[in-house]
Amino acid sequence: MTDTPETPGAPEAVEGANGADTPEPVFTTAKEAGLIACHACNRVQKRVFTVERQLCVRCGSPLHRRNPDAVARTWALLLSAAILYIPANLYPVLHTSSIVGSEDDTIMSGVAMFWNDGDYPLSAIIFIASILVPMLKLGTLAFLTWATQSGSKWRPRQRTTLYRIVEKIGRWSMLDVFVVTLTVALVRFGSLAVITPGPGALAFGCVVVLTMLASMQFDPRLMWDHIEPSGKKHD
Amino acid sequence: MEEDDLIACHECDTLFHKRALPSRSSAKCTRCGATLYQSVSSNLDKLCSITLAALITFLIAQAFPIVELETNGITSQTTLIGAIVALWGENMEVIATMVFCATILFPLIELMAMLYLLVPLRAGFIPAGFSQVLRAIQFVRPWGMIEVFMLGILVTLVKMVSIARVIPEAALFAFGALTLLFAVILTFDPRALWDIAERVGGHGPLRYTPFGGLRSGPVSAYSTEPQSATPSDLLHPYAPPRGTQRGSPEGTPPDAAAPGNKP
Repeated sequence: MTDTPETPGAPEAVEGANGADTPEPVFTTAKEAGLIACHACNRVQKRVFTVERQLCVRCGSPLHRRNPDAVARTWALLLSAAILYIPANLYPVLHTSSIVGSEDDTIMSGVAMFWNDGDYPLSAIIFIASILVPMLKLGTLAFLTWATQSGSKWRPRQRTTLYRIVEKIGRWSMLDVFVVTLTVALVRFGSLAVITPGPGALAFGCVVVLTMLASMQFDPRLMWDHIEPSGKKHD
Repeated sequence: MEEDDLIACHECDTLFHKRALPSRSSAKCTRCGATLYQSVSSNLDKLCSITLAALITFLIAQAFPIVELETNGITSQTTLIGAIVALWGENMEVIATMVFCATILFPLIELMAMLYLLVPLRAGFIPAGFSQVLRAIQFVRPWGMIEVFMLGILVTLVKMVSIARVIPEAALFAFGALTLLFAVILTFDPRALWDIAERVGGHGPLRYTPFGGLRSGPVSAYSTEPQSATPSDLLHPYAPPRGTQRGSPEGTPPDAAAPGNKP
């Protein structure tokens, strides 16, 4: 009996005993412990099952164990962003009319123009912020949401890092919108040259906002719900 | 109330016991690597002064033109609000609203709300509507994009150099300074203000009341003296109570030691 500490009440004891001489720490999530953490002020409190909408005892914001409908909402926002990404790249963001003629610039043609002019750093900045980041963001979030939905146990730690990166870099895509704003306001030389914004800028701005909303709706805790709470390094 | 010293990782939901941290350090989740919380000093003077400086710089940045272009004797200059009005006039109301929110409205709300909370906390009392204002800061924070806008100004300048003479104006430098000040403010996690507020009150955990704002909770539940802060004692995973002793400083879960203690 002493050799088998396996009792229905203490599943973690078995986990800990497996760790030989250096017992691995056993992690307990708030969900398993019947607790709930406030996302606004970090206060941990007991989950109350009797009320429909539990409020944080300290700051009064509504509590959720996981973001409500995280996967469905992320998919919806991602899909709209992906659809809008097509006009964002096909339609011109800037329309230049000057005495030498008029010309439409899409995001990619702007990058190509600076590259051909030998302005490599500028071209690289615009390429990274306006093309690479939104595409990586759409792809990464789609992968993370799909992996979460299918209950993947694959490298949760790396996936969490990926999510953290996506959340950090998303805002930098707004760069192009700001450049359009300033360019339109500055280049107003009457008959000499006038630059006006094109429909591509509108679609692009919406893509940035939608992907930012999508990454906010996604809940990385859902990835960890499929991982056993052993202390093993998840590499 | 033993939940008072617990913290749940916001990325993997793992529970940890909170410990006092040495200054300028942060606690990381040992399971997923997320930052759980940072050490907070009760001295808010530095943060307060930087926020005030940022607010003044913000006003300068908005009031003056950013750059002036000059070509063939025609000059053209713009302020940020002028640029937004120009965009609005081009039937780009949605984009104009986005830019207005990201560069004017949300940063302004963040700075004012920070000052509204920090100045009274420094003086030793908790302002009215504390939790609502704090939540407003957390809501606007991801959408304020002063540093992205600064990069946008620089990219525009480099673009314009080939077609016109570019004359930098006051707001350009103000935006540069504002970017640096915002970088300092953004390193401060507003959630830490909850801990500071509880320390300021001196009565322990705060409780939210629907109409009366905040009131202090039971004093006995909260130990005000900081706990020992040796680096190995910072964090150890939470394990549900099962009638065994608490984990050792190395973070050994109580459950691992449980079988040995049985008679």
